[in-house]
Amino acid sequence: MDWFVFVVAGLAALAGALGVVLARNPVHSALGLVMTLFAVAVLFVAQGAHFLAAVQVIVYAGAVVVLFLFVIMLLGVDRSEDLRKEPLVAQRPMAFVVSALVLLQVLLLARTRWVTGAPSLTAPISGPGTDVEKIASTLFTRYLLAFEATSVLLVIAVVGAVVLARRTPGGGLTSHQEAAPPTETAAPPTETAAQ
Amino acid sequence: MRVPGAWYLGLSAVLFTIGALGLLVRRNVLVMFMCVELMLNAVNLTFVTYARMLDDIGGQVLVFFVLVVAAAEVVVGLAIIVAIFRSRADATADDISLLRG
Repeated sequence: MDWFVFVVAGLAALAGALGVVLARNPVHSALGLVMTLFAVAVLFVAQGAHFLAAVQVIVYAGAVVVLFLFVIMLLGVDRSEDLRKEPLVAQRPMAFVVSALVLLQVLLLARTRWVTGAPSLTAPISGPGTDVEKIASTLFTRYLLAFEATSVLLVIAVVGAVVLARRTPGGGLTSHQEAAPPTETAAPPTETAAQ
Repeated sequence: MRVPGAWYLGLSAVLFTIGALGLLVRRNVLVMFMCVELMLNAVNLTFVTYARMLDDIGGQVLVFFVLVVAAAEVVVGLAIIVAIFRSRADATADDISLLRG
């Protein structure tokens, strides 16, 4: 049964990944990405990471891919791209060579007997309790500072996205030059009023 | 009978390679971005596999952080892509060679 789940989900993940790379239409690429994300979520469940599987489906398939599709539709770039056209000379064969090297390296590194490290004593997965409780108790004790830092990161990302995507009246990307003069002109009257 | 961790690691290596290949081959910025997400997912699968093999919940906590950072990265990256599309209406990475558009 475990092998069946692994083979089916693994083949689905590979098919989705190939679909992302090979699809000419960006919308089809996004759908292939959804397929891969769901398959990886199934593999998470097969390995006992139920919480992460739920988060994977909610955050990735629910938010990230929808954001991708939003941008594709917003920009109107859902037209096909000619994959046979090669803009740079010999770029594609070199990409294949580099990818093959990467695959070889990662497979070598992933050989099981090279995995080092002792099994954990402080935060084991096996034992009583669900994985949600264990993730929570580890996250809010040992990784509390990192957790707080991610909240700051999310705020920065939201502010950055708003600043980048804002449409300014002048047509530029930023409005610092336009925002600066009014404060300078507004300063002298207050000084005279104070005097 | 559980599937050995080596099979999961091999699968995630292949997924990572497909993502890297797509990042190198494709010219559409959005598709390149999706390939980055593929590579992140392959790494997440590796983390969960090692968490199971070494019996340590830390791998799953790290996947949680990777998910948060990936979400933030997607938000900022797509905002940059939208800003680029506003100034020049094209989606190929070869044309975006200037820092100042």
